This record gives sequence, structure tokens and C-alpha cells, in this order.
Amino acid sequence: MPYSELMVAPMRAELASIGFEELRTAEDVERFMNDGEGSALLVLNSVCGCAAGQARPGVRKALESAVKPDRLATVFAGQDLEATARARSYFSDIPPSSPSMALLKGGEVVYFVPRHRIESRSADEVAADLTAAFERYIAAATPA
Amino acid sequence: MAAVFHPGHHELHGITVVVDTAGPEIYVGRCDDMDERQVILLDVDVHKDGDGGRSKAEYVERAAQLGVWKKFDRLVVPRAQVTSVKRLGEL
Repeated sequence: MPYSELMVAPMRAELASIGFEELRTAEDVERFMNDGEGSALLVLNSVCGCAAGQARPGVRKALESAVKPDRLATVFAGQDLEATARARSYFSDIPPSSPSMALLKGGEVVYFVPRHRIESRSADEVAADLTAAFERYIAAATPA
Repeated sequence: MAAVFHPGHHELHGITVVVDTAGPEIYVGRCDDMDERQVILLDVDVHKDGDGGRSKAEYVERAAQLGVWKKFDRLVVPRAQVTSVKRLGEL
């Protein structure tokens, strides 16, 4: 059962305020995912403080790096159910977890951070993980 | 080390853990609670040593990459059977 929007709103805002497009419907997800140009980071946001409390600040720090994805989007697991299910259908070979993050390039998932690699880490460690992935998978394709 | 976000719960509450046992079973799930009697797991997968040609170590190595597909919503493992409880994210 979804949480109250009053409770969730600040968690949505934490990503929206740094440039993430909120995908609230399955159609929103399809539009975003079918635009396979360039690189993209899709964050599956979550209420859970055990992990999401590190995920959102970690993402924010990672996006301060010189190399970052062209497009940013998020779905809220447990809240926007159809949007989340549709997003997960694009990487159906990966066990579902939230929060989690998918780095896409040309519409394909090239790197995935599952929940268990967030919940045991600090925001700095989450950021370092993401930054390394940006360098590895995006930097080579980014014009100087 | 991450902070405890749910005061009153065990420090591993909400954390994805690997619960190994003295028997052939090994479990991966989100720890809900644990005490001297039991470990309570949510969204749990279980592997038996040798199933699918994979040892416990090989199963855990694979689980550590992207996670597991749950077989049970909730599972209680008697503490007497448990030989170790480790964070999957640290393996």
C-alpha cells in the first residue's frame, strides 16, 4: 500500500530538485526509455530509510562530477506502481529491489546498483560507485 | 558503517543479509529482526548447496552482483541452525 503523499513528497523533491524527471505513469516510462539517445540514469526511489537515505544524497554527490548522464529520471517504488513495474520490465533479468539505480547508454542498461549495494554504504561510497560507472561507461562517448 | 534508521530494531533491520546454516541451506533476504532464538527474513531466496551445480559460495558470489529473486515473502530461520549472518553488500 502506498504511503501518504505528504510523507513521500520531500523524497520526490530531493531528486526533482537536482534535475530528475519524475516518471509517474507507465506512459511516462515508455517515453523516457524509448528515447535511447545518449546516456541516462534511472533511479528507483524508495521510502526505506535504511537504504534510500544514503541513495539520494549519494546520487546528488555523484552528479557533481564532470562526467554525468545526459538525462535523469526517477520512478518511486511502492508509490507509482505501474510506472515502477514498467521501468523494471526494461531490465527484467535483474531481480527487483529499491532503491536501486540503472545507468543506461543507447537505451541499454550498462550498469546497475541494487539495493544491497546501497544499504551498507555511506552517501560518499554510493557516489563513488556511481562516479566510477559514469567514467567507465559515459566518459568515452562524451565529446571533449 | 551506515546508521540505524529504525530505533528499537536490530542493527541489521532492513539490511540484505546472507544467513548461512550448518546444513545445506543458505538464505539471502532482508533482515527484519533477529535475536537469540531466530532470524526473521523478508523477501527471501534459499539455495541448497550443490543445487544447479552451484556451491553455497558460488551462489553468494552471484547474489552479491545483482541480488536475488525472492521465493518467500517471510521466513524464520531458527538461530540454532545459523552459523553466520553477513551483509550481502559487504561480500
